[in-house]
Amino acid sequence: MSGPHSHALYVHGHTWLHRLAPQAKLAAQFLFVIAVVATPREAVWAFGVYALIVLGLAAAARLPAPFVAKRLLFEIPFIVFAVLLPFVGGGERVDVLGVSLSVEGLWGAWNIVAKATLGLAISIVVAATTTMPEFLHGFEHLHMPRAFTSTLSFMIRYTDVIADEMRRMKVARQSRGYDPRWLWQARAIGSAAGALFIRSYERGERVYLSMLSRGYAGSIPRVEAAPATPATWALALSLPAVAGAIALAAWVATS
Amino acid sequence: MTGPALEVRELAFAYPDGSQALFGVDLTVEPGERVAVLGPNGAGKTTLVMHLNGIHAAQHGVVTVGGLPVKKEHLREIRRRVGIVFQDPDDQLFMPTVREDVAFGPANLGLRGDELEARVRAALEAVGMEEFTDRAPHHLSFGQRRRVAVATVLAMEPEILVLDEPSSNLDPAGRRELADILRSLRITMLMVTHDLPYALELCPRAVVMNRGTIVADGATVQILSDADLMRANRLELPYGFFPELAGESATA
Repeated sequence: MSGPHSHALYVHGHTWLHRLAPQAKLAAQFLFVIAVVATPREAVWAFGVYALIVLGLAAAARLPAPFVAKRLLFEIPFIVFAVLLPFVGGGERVDVLGVSLSVEGLWGAWNIVAKATLGLAISIVVAATTTMPEFLHGFEHLHMPRAFTSTLSFMIRYTDVIADEMRRMKVARQSRGYDPRWLWQARAIGSAAGALFIRSYERGERVYLSMLSRGYAGSIPRVEAAPATPATWALALSLPAVAGAIALAAWVATS
Repeated sequence: MTGPALEVRELAFAYPDGSQALFGVDLTVEPGERVAVLGPNGAGKTTLVMHLNGIHAAQHGVVTVGGLPVKKEHLREIRRRVGIVFQDPDDQLFMPTVREDVAFGPANLGLRGDELEARVRAALEAVGMEEFTDRAPHHLSFGQRRRVAVATVLAMEPEILVLDEPSSNLDPAGRRELADILRSLRITMLMVTHDLPYALELCPRAVVMNRGTIVADGATVQILSDADLMRANRLELPYGFFPELAGESATA
């Protein structure tokens, strides 16, 4: 728990990055990732500059380094494949410490690891400085359809409620000596999952009734927050602008 | 407003599976009254509540709120006038923050901007939860969630507040705090409850429901003191509780 409306990735703070309008943050993050992905892999310097920018932002948001490092580990399962590329790749080969590696494979691995890491790192910075409700407002300002944002909002609201219910059911099972060791003992878990599904369905009905009782007529009203000022947008979009310029320069330099 | 705040006449209702829940309910509530609705499980209390704001449509009989019949064409106004606080606050608080949840009702009524903001603030102040405006509901205690649930309804400035088991699952201090809040509200109130001391404390008048009809209607202290009536309707006082000694309702 790191604050009153925390999610696991949130780091409580009061920096300008925390205060920046969420829609501007989301747009900047998205465009930044596109610029990074569009950068030619041979322009190694460009990725160095991107990394410095992201590190700078993480520092500006006062994110603890161990926190960011731990979150970055998340990508490992996804890049295992990339690490194999130098071994299995074809074409020209080089010897590194006595191991024969494919040059093409090395570039391919570098390309995936560098871009994935940068994309994940900027996402960590955004997630660590934005609360769940802010994300939802951000998506709404970016004109994501109401059906999506409402569904997302209900999901966020009820995940904890249902997880609590699941925990209580588990404790109740264990309290009656349930300690599954074999596959055929999994039946109780199956019926618990079924019961949970029915309960959640019934809760859905009750929530709907309570919405009707407060005048719900088919669409959840928007609670308007102040729109982001042009200055905010300019500040946020300077990030992808710089990244775009770097990508462009990299293309010019490598072609 | 003249005339009763709520009038229920010969209300009957059967669920689609054929089980009859209400067999002709008659109930009149005057403006400003606080009335407890008592009775065993399955007596039809919740079914009655669902008729008060048109969730269930009357199959026979009529319900009028401040003179306005509960009919499809008036549903919007009826749901503004009748605020229901449901038993499980997790069913009632479905928005990501307290502020948005309290704003949900008045925003459905068409309020926007400063006016909406003022409603939210006033409702949260009325239940003493103004410091929690930007919290997520699941980070509040159960008692706090119940109070916010009351605020979500107060924000619609209803004429009648209907509470379904308001004291259930509250710890004694939370129960006391909610009683203080409810007493401070100048509003017509209908309270469905099994908590008989709570009914005595908050409601000068009580009605007893059983098998889909109202079988008794009178001063709460008299109803709770009528041992035969209580036994006939599966109502029981807590051990060592004597309504006459507890005194009249704290009506002030």
